[in-house]
Amino acid sequence: MGKNITLSFGGGMEILFNNTKEREIELPDSVVNIKDLIAYMKDELLQERPELFVLNDSVRPGIIVLINNADWEIEGGLEYELEDDDEITFISTLHGG
Amino acid sequence: MSSNTPRIKKPKKTCDICKSGKPVIKRPKTGQLVCKECFYFVFEEEIHQTIIQGNVFKENEKVAIGASGGKDSTVLAYVMNLLNKRHNYKLDLVLLSIDEGITGYRDDSLETVKRNARQYNLPLKIVSYKELYGWSMDEIVKEAGNKNNCTFCGVLRRQALDRGAVMLGAKHILTGHNADDIAETVLMNILRGDIPRLQRCTFITTGNDSMIKRSKPFKYTYEKEIVMYAHFKKLDYFSTECIYAPNAFRGNARVFLKDLEKVRSTAIMDIIYSGESYENQSNNNIPTSKVCERCGYMSSNKICKACVLLEGLNKGLPSLGIKKSKKARANPKVIKEGESKEIKVKNFQDLTKEENCKMEYVVEKSEKNNEMDIDENKKLMDSVNNMKRKLQNLD
Ligand SMILES: [Zn+2]
Ligand SMILES: [Zn+2]
Repeated sequence: MGKNITLSFGGGMEILFNNTKEREIELPDSVVNIKDLIAYMKDELLQERPELFVLNDSVRPGIIVLINNADWEIEGGLEYELEDDDEITFISTLHGG
Repeated sequence: MSSNTPRIKKPKKTCDICKSGKPVIKRPKTGQLVCKECFYFVFEEEIHQTIIQGNVFKENEKVAIGASGGKDSTVLAYVMNLLNKRHNYKLDLVLLSIDEGITGYRDDSLETVKRNARQYNLPLKIVSYKELYGWSMDEIVKEAGNKNNCTFCGVLRRQALDRGAVMLGAKHILTGHNADDIAETVLMNILRGDIPRLQRCTFITTGNDSMIKRSKPFKYTYEKEIVMYAHFKKLDYFSTECIYAPNAFRGNARVFLKDLEKVRSTAIMDIIYSGESYENQSNNNIPTSKVCERCGYMSSNKICKACVLLEGLNKGLPSLGIKKSKKARANPKVIKEGESKEIKVKNFQDLTKEENCKMEYVVEKSEKNNEMDIDENKKLMDSVNNMKRKLQNLD
């Protein structure tokens, strides 16, 4: 049984994902950590322009990732292992002053 | 991977400042893990320190905050309003927005600024390219094509902000430029060989000798922290890219800077420091005393860039200022007598404060308001002192 997590988007990231601010998804078993999640999102969920989301197996620099509303850098970044009910947030810092 | 392997519980991390809260951000400047409460405190108080050390304000000064509705200027308006009350700067703050006339972009972001004005109870003034120059950005792009419009829009916006400030009777404009922006600008000035601007772009305040000065309270504030602050505080900001071609040069500098940061975490502060420490031996300063013969705005040439551009547009020859698109060249515009929408741009030197300046949002001032301010100031100061005590008791 796959884990259920919530994805949320801010700072203009939502445009790349069907203009949704928040969505729940069920992950396949192959998605274990954030690195897997980013690859999965790129292949399965991204609507357009993958270069605005990924770069070298991570998010493009300038995109902040939050794990349960805390900086992913605290939680181990790409290596963080996802748990049921996790909320993962992607916020772009790149738009507008 | 399977559910029967027990997860090894990692030890709970605690905030590096208060030693008790749950950390929510790794600070890019220091690497510290910080809880929400401590993050708000250090974020706001570092900006306060930057302002005090930079000697940025005079008491009772009228200060216009350049507000675009984007993340930086929204956080700037929020934090300046807060610090003004907390530390009693006694500033008369007003939001100043420019309507470039970009359908689907600026009209939406201006709605954000209008909401911000009500949320923070700050007066708001909007000036438009159309009223100042006779041309909206949409019309300019239609006439002149898609090239260089970021550069020209920048030239027009800079002047528009100054003109708006004069109308308001403000001699000081605050902009939301952050540490990342400034480091990018330093790199761009190095790449362009623009030596006079290299150091100047790191100054917290510029234009002390001109009619309107400008300051950057976020000079040492990282973009990541601004975005996190806006996110945690749930501030209402607008985040859509401008529909016209962005400045590719800045984009490249930004990517380069992010790459540098990956291998050297202090890159941003180091680059700003380099700019600050650079002393211009030749003393080849940007001449600021000269003004444009046509519009009276500061210019290093006889005619300023804005006037060259506008002349081209008004004569149907935008190539005077910008390259014309193929389509526009193939169908040259013929302006018949009396059809020209040319407007005379007011001479900057003759501008004065408008007594009945048209405002988008006005704040009613009353005695009661004053009492509320004093109450609020006390509350805000108490919270800072509590926080300070809490942190001192730790050691
Ligand atoms: Zn703390
Ligand atoms: Zn001029």
